[in-house]
Amino acid sequence: MQQKWLFVITPKTKLIDFNFKEVWAYRDLLILFVKRDVITVYKQTILGPLWYLIQPLFTSVIFTLVFNTIAKIDTGEIPPFLFNLAGVTTWNYFKECLTGTADTFKKNQNIFGKVYFPRIIMPLSVVLSNLVKFGIQTGILLVFYMYYVSIGSVIRPSIYVATFPIIVLCMAMLGLGLGMIISSMVTKYRDLSFLVSFGVQLLMYISLVSLPYNLFVINDLTWAVDYNPMAHIIELSRYVLLGEGTVSLFGVVYTLISSISVLFIGILVFNKTEKTFIDTI
Amino acid sequence: MGDIILKVENVSKQYRLGTLGTGSISHDLNRVWHTVRGKEDPYLKIGESNDRSTKGTSEYVWALRDISFEVKRGEVLGIIGKNGAGKSTLLKILSKVTGPTTGSIKYNGRIASLLEVGTGFHPEMTGKENIFLNGAILGMTKIEINSKLDEIIVFSGCERYIDTPVKRYSSGMRVRLAFAVAAFLEPDILIVDEVLAVGDAEFQKKAIGKMQDISSQGGRTVLFVSHDMVAIQKICNRVVILKNGMILKDGSPVKMITEYLSVTKVKLDNPTFRKLDKKEIFPKIIKCFLYNSERNLQSKFNAADSITLVTKIENNSTLSNRFSFLWMLQDKADTTIAASSSAIMENLFFDETTKTVSCTIDSSSLIPGEYKFKLFLHVPKQEPLDIWEEAISFEIVVHDINNVGYNYGTNWNPQMYLAHKWNK
Repeated sequence: MQQKWLFVITPKTKLIDFNFKEVWAYRDLLILFVKRDVITVYKQTILGPLWYLIQPLFTSVIFTLVFNTIAKIDTGEIPPFLFNLAGVTTWNYFKECLTGTADTFKKNQNIFGKVYFPRIIMPLSVVLSNLVKFGIQTGILLVFYMYYVSIGSVIRPSIYVATFPIIVLCMAMLGLGLGMIISSMVTKYRDLSFLVSFGVQLLMYISLVSLPYNLFVINDLTWAVDYNPMAHIIELSRYVLLGEGTVSLFGVVYTLISSISVLFIGILVFNKTEKTFIDTI
Repeated sequence: MGDIILKVENVSKQYRLGTLGTGSISHDLNRVWHTVRGKEDPYLKIGESNDRSTKGTSEYVWALRDISFEVKRGEVLGIIGKNGAGKSTLLKILSKVTGPTTGSIKYNGRIASLLEVGTGFHPEMTGKENIFLNGAILGMTKIEINSKLDEIIVFSGCERYIDTPVKRYSSGMRVRLAFAVAAFLEPDILIVDEVLAVGDAEFQKKAIGKMQDISSQGGRTVLFVSHDMVAIQKICNRVVILKNGMILKDGSPVKMITEYLSVTKVKLDNPTFRKLDKKEIFPKIIKCFLYNSERNLQSKFNAADSITLVTKIENNSTLSNRFSFLWMLQDKADTTIAASSSAIMENLFFDETTKTVSCTIDSSSLIPGEYKFKLFLHVPKQEPLDIWEEAISFEIVVHDINNVGYNYGTNWNPQMYLAHKWNK
C-alpha cells in the first residue's frame, strides 16, 4: 500500500520554492523577533531609545556644516538641515535593512544550525524592526518640519505624500533583496562582507543623501545617479515630503522595476542557499 | 504504535574536507558546468567512508551513506554510535537544518528538534520572554504557549527567576527552562540530541520521565541520540547503531547496546595501557591471564565455572617493602562491581621473591556480559606501585547454575545474580 506523506525532504530545490503558508505559520516568531530586536538593542544603555534620534540628528548637523555651510551647496527652498535630515533618515532605513540582512546567515549560524524555521523570517524581522526605528525617526523629521514651518519656511508636502509608504516599501524590498543576495553569497565566499561595509559608504554619495540632483545635472554627472534606484528613492521621498526635488517618470518606473526584481532574485538565491548553507559557512 | 510516521530512504550526506578557499570556486564552477550540460555532479561519484582516524586520499567524505529506516508512530528510537559516526548529521537532516546530498525523507506531522538547549535564548530577555521566543522558534504559536505557560514554568522549576534576564541564569537553569519549553511542544516527532547531560540528577530523571510520557501517552515519536546507555535503555524501544555513516545494526535496545559496547571495546587481551610507569626499581605486573577450573586459558566463561586470575610479576627492586595486590572488576560501562585487596581481605603480602599471584573467583553472581579487570600493585596507604587499567577482559557467556536450560539474565535484565534458595 502506498502511504501518503505530508512532507518530503529531498536534496533538490525547486527554482521557485517560496512557501508562503509556512512563513505565515511562523508569524508569531516574526513578531517576537521584531520585538526582541527593538527592545534589546539599547538595554543597559543610559539614553536607551534616544539613540534612535541622536544618530540621524548628529549626522545631519555634520552634513549641514560640511556640505551647506562650508561647501555652500544650495538646497533651494528647503532649509539645509531639513534637507539633510530627510535624506539621512530615508538612507538610514535602506542602509540598516541592507547591512542588517547581509549577514543573516553568518550572524545566525548558531541558531540556524540547531533548529529549523523558515529562514526568511530572520531578514524579514530585520526589515520590520528597522521600520519601527524608521517610524520614530520620521517622527523627529516631522517635529523639525513643524518647527521650520512655524518660523516661516515655505515648505509644503506635495500632493503625492500619500505615496510615501510605497516609496518606503520599495526601499525595504531593495534593501532586503540585496541583503539576501549578499548574505547567501557570504556563506561561501566571505569576500563580500568586506565589500558591503565600505560599499554602502560609497553608495551614499551617489544616492543624493546630502546632494541635490541639480548638482549632478550642472556637473554633467547624471549617469552616476540615474541608474541607482536609491538615488531616485531619496529624491522621490524628499519630493513627496518636502515638495522639492527632480522626479521623472523614468525614475519612478525604474525604481519600481528594480526593487521588485532585486527582491525576487534575492528570494530565489536565499531559498537556494538556506538548505545547505550550514555546511559551508 | 502503528503506522509508519517517518521514512528515511537512502539518505547520504557528503562533506568536503579541508578549508574553503580558491580551490572551492573551481569545484563549484565544474559542478555548474556539469549541471548545465545535464550531467551528474562529478563529485558525487567520489568520496570515502567517514572513518575519522585514518588518513584518506579523497577530499570528499560521506558523513552518511545510504541510510534507510522507518519509524512507527509512538516509537522511541535511540541512535547510538561513536563520535563522528553521523548521528548528529542525521538528526540535522531530519530537522531540516541541512539538506541531504542524495536520498529522501518522508514524514507525517510536525518535527521539532531539541538539538542543543537554549537555542535562540536571548540573554537580555527575561525567562518568560524567552519561553515565548524559544517556543516560537520551535514552531509553537503564541496561543499555544500562552495556554501552557504555567505548566512550563512549573516544570522548569525556575519560578523565582522567571522575570530575570536569562543572562543571570546558571547553565543548569537554562537547560531546565529550554527543556521545559520543548517538553510542552507536542510535535509528532521530537528529536533530542544529548541535552540531558547538563542538568542535575533530579532534572534528568524528570526529563527522561517526560520523554517516556510523550511517547507512551501522547503517542508521539521520539528520536533520541545519546552516549548515555542507561538513558537509552530506559526510554527507547528500538535502537539503531551508526558506524562510519552507515547503519550497523537495528534492533532491541538491550541487544544493540551490548553489541555497540562490544564494537567499541578496546582490545584488552593484549594490555598495552599502563597507567603508572614508575622507575624500574618498583615491582611491575608484566602479564596476566585467566584460567578456568581445568586450568585452560580462556576469555569466555560459564558462570558455573570459576575464574582464576593469574598475574606474573617482575621485581628487580631493591625495595624490600612488602606490597599487596588489588583487583577491581568492572562491567562494560566501566562501573566497578567488585574489588579485592590481598592485604585487606586476607592480610597477604608479597615481596621480591614473588613471581606469580593468583586469585580464584566464584563467578556465579555475574550475569552474562563482558567484564574486565583493573589491576594494582600497592603498599597499603601509599601511592600505587603499578596500575593496569583494563588489564584483561572476559565474557560470561552462559549462566545456568541450576542446570535448568535457562540462560539467566536474558529476559529480566538484572544487574547480578544472587545465590538463593526457593522453599515451600
